[in-house]
Amino acid sequence: MTTLLIAEHEHEKLKDVTNKALTAASQLGGDVHVLVAGGQDAKAAGEAAAKLAGVKKVLVAEGEAYAHDLAEPLAALIVSLASSYDAIVAPATSRFKNVMPRVAALLDVMQVSEIIKVVAPDTFERPIYAGNAIQTVKSKDAKKVITVRTSTFAATGEGGSAPVETVAAAADPGLSSFLGEEVAKSDRPELTSAKIIVSGGRAMQSRENFAKYIEPLADKLGAGVGASRAAVDAGYAPNDWQVGQTGKVVAPELYVAIGISGAIQHLAGMKDSKVIVAINKDEDAPIFQVADYGLVADLYQAVPELTEALGKLGK
Amino acid sequence: MKVLVPVKRVVDFNVKVRVKSDGSGVELANVKMSMNPFDEIAVEEALRLREAGKVTEVVVVSIGPAQASETIRTGLAMGADRGILVKAEGNAEPLAVAKILKAVVDAEKPGLVILGKQAIDDDSNQTGQMLAALLGWSQATFASKLEVEGSDFKVTREVDGGLQTVKLKGPAIITTDLRLNEPRYASLPNIMKAKKKPIDDKNAADYGVDLTPHLEILKTSEPAGRKAGVKVKDVAELVSKLKTEAGVL
Ligand SMILES: Cc1cc2nc3c(=O)[nH]c(=O)nc-3n(C[C@H](O)[C@H](O)[C@H](O)COP(=O)(O)OP(=O)(O)OC[C@H]3O[C@@H](n4cnc5c(N)ncnc54)[C@H](O)[C@@H]3O)c2cc1C
Ligand SMILES: Nc1ncnc2c1ncn2[C@@H]1O[C@H](COP(=O)(O)O)[C@@H](O)[C@H]1O
Repeated sequence: MTTLLIAEHEHEKLKDVTNKALTAASQLGGDVHVLVAGGQDAKAAGEAAAKLAGVKKVLVAEGEAYAHDLAEPLAALIVSLASSYDAIVAPATSRFKNVMPRVAALLDVMQVSEIIKVVAPDTFERPIYAGNAIQTVKSKDAKKVITVRTSTFAATGEGGSAPVETVAAAADPGLSSFLGEEVAKSDRPELTSAKIIVSGGRAMQSRENFAKYIEPLADKLGAGVGASRAAVDAGYAPNDWQVGQTGKVVAPELYVAIGISGAIQHLAGMKDSKVIVAINKDEDAPIFQVADYGLVADLYQAVPELTEALGKLGK
Repeated sequence: MKVLVPVKRVVDFNVKVRVKSDGSGVELANVKMSMNPFDEIAVEEALRLREAGKVTEVVVVSIGPAQASETIRTGLAMGADRGILVKAEGNAEPLAVAKILKAVVDAEKPGLVILGKQAIDDDSNQTGQMLAALLGWSQATFASKLEVEGSDFKVTREVDGGLQTVKLKGPAIITTDLRLNEPRYASLPNIMKAKKKPIDDKNAADYGVDLTPHLEILKTSEPAGRKAGVKVKDVAELVSKLKTEAGVL
C-alpha cells in the first residue's frame, strides 16, 4: 500500500506537525509520499520533507490558489492525485480540518477524524465527547482519509533523501478567493510545538493583565501562551490562543493553568500534558483534579512571585 | 434568499458522559439532550440575517430519531420559520448526513447553508465540508464574521495562526465558530408560537440515501485517567517541586 501525507508548512519551512503526522502515516505500513502544496516557496519546504526518515517521494505543487488555504482548489489537487494512493493522511490543523472532509466526500469515503493511535492499517482510536470516551473504529472504505491529532504522536526525524517531483496544479474551481489575513507575529513558540505553555482564563480580566502577568511568566519559561475560551470570548486573548475541545489540543512537558476553572471543554485540549500546574483561588476548582501541582492562591500575587522566583533561578 | 440550518440533537455540553462498562458506547439513557451549541450559533446568525432584511426564510433541518423534533422546536422557538425532520435510526455518519442534506438542498434551493463547525458528540468536524463537496459549492469553515454581498459572501475565519478573510461565490456553505455571535434564548411567547410552526416529516429512505456505516465502531473505552496530584503551600514549594521532583525547569 502507499500513503499520501499532506504536509503543513509555512512558506519554505516545514512545520513540526508534519513530522508528527508522518509518524502516524508510517504506522499504516506502506510507502509514504509527501505532498507539499503552496505558493512559490513550496519547493523549499518540499526539499525539507525529502530529508525526513522513511519518506519515499515528495510531490510539490505550486500555485497561487494553494498559498492561501482555499479549500476548493486544494481539495481538487488532492483528489487529482488520489487514484495512486490507499490512504491520504494530514495533520488535524485548521487548514486540513477545512479541506480533508471535502476530499473524503469527493471520494465517497468517511474521513476518520483526529486519530490518536493506529491500531491496524484500517483500525484507529479517536476521541469523542471532548475526549471523555475513546472510540476504536475500523474503516471499511478501500481508500482511507485520515486526520491526525499530532499531540499524541512523536515527531519523525531526518535521515531520508527522497526524490522531489513537481506535480501539475489542478484546475481551480474558482468558487472562493482570498481577501486578507491577520496573523499575529510572535517570537514565542507555537502552541502545538511548545514544550511549556502558560495559559490564562477569565480571571485575567483584561488584555492588559495578560500582558502584565501571563506573558512575562511565559517569557521567563520560554513558553507558548494559551487561553481558555472565556478569556478569548471576552477579548483578553486572540482566538488562536484558545486551548480545548474546539481550540488547539496540546500536550507539552509543562502546562500552567492560571485562573482557569477546568471545564470539560478546556481539559479536552490539555489533559495529556506531562506535568500540569494550576493556580486558582478556588480550592474546589475542577482543574485541581487533573493538576500534578495545585496552588490555591490569588493569581495577582502568586504569578509575579513565580515569575520573580524563576528569575532568581536564572531563567 | 432562503437559509437552511442543519441542527443536531446531542448530549448537553454540561453533561460529563460515561462510557458503558461493556464498551458498547456511552450512556445515553436519562441524559439531558440539547441542540449542538455550534448549531445554536448557526440558527442565530440566520435569524440576524433575516432581521437585517438579507434573508427571507430560515429553515431548520435535523436528521436523527423522532426526538430530534425537539431540537427543531428549539430552533423554531428561537425564531426559525419552519422545520424538516428526516428520521434515521441509529447513528448516521457525517457522509450520510451530508448526502441527505444535499437532497434537502436540491429540493429547497437555499442560497446559503449554515452548519456548526463540529458536533460535540462525535467531534467529527466534517459534515459542512462534505456537503460543500457534494454540491460543488464554495465553503468557509470556522466563521467568526459573515457579511452578505448580494448572492455572495465575505467571511472571516478563525484559523490556527489568527484570522483569514475570504470571498465566497454563492450559493455557499458556512460553518460557525464560537465567536460568530451569542445565541438568543427563546422567550416564552416564542416557545408557544413555535408549537404551531410546521415541521415536515421525512425518512432517510425518501432520499434514497444508504445509511450503512463506513466506519465500524469496534469499541468505546474510558480515556486513560489522570490522578490529582498534590497541593503546594506556596510559590517557593511549587518552584522546588517543579525543579527537583518533576524536572521540568
Ligand atoms: C461548544 C463549546 C465549546 C467549548 N470549547 C472550549 C474550548 O475549546 N476551550 C475552553 O477553554 N473552553 C471551551 N468552552 C467553554 C467552557 O465550557 C468554559 O466555559 C470555559 O473553559 C471557562 O473558562 P475559564 O476557566 O477561563 O472561566 P471560569 O470558568 O469563569 O473560571 C475562572 C476561574 O478563575 C478563578 N479565579 C478568579 N479570580 C482569580 C484570582 N484572582 N486568582 C486565581 N484564580 C482566580 C476562579 O476560581 C475560576 O475557577 C466551550 C464551551 C462550549 C459550549
Ligand atoms: N444528524 C444531523 N442532523 C442535522 N445536522 C447535522 C447532523 N449531523 C451533523 N450536522 C451538522 O453538521 C455540523 C457538523 O457536524 P460533525 O461533522 O458531525 O462534527 C453540525 O454542527 C450540524 O450543523
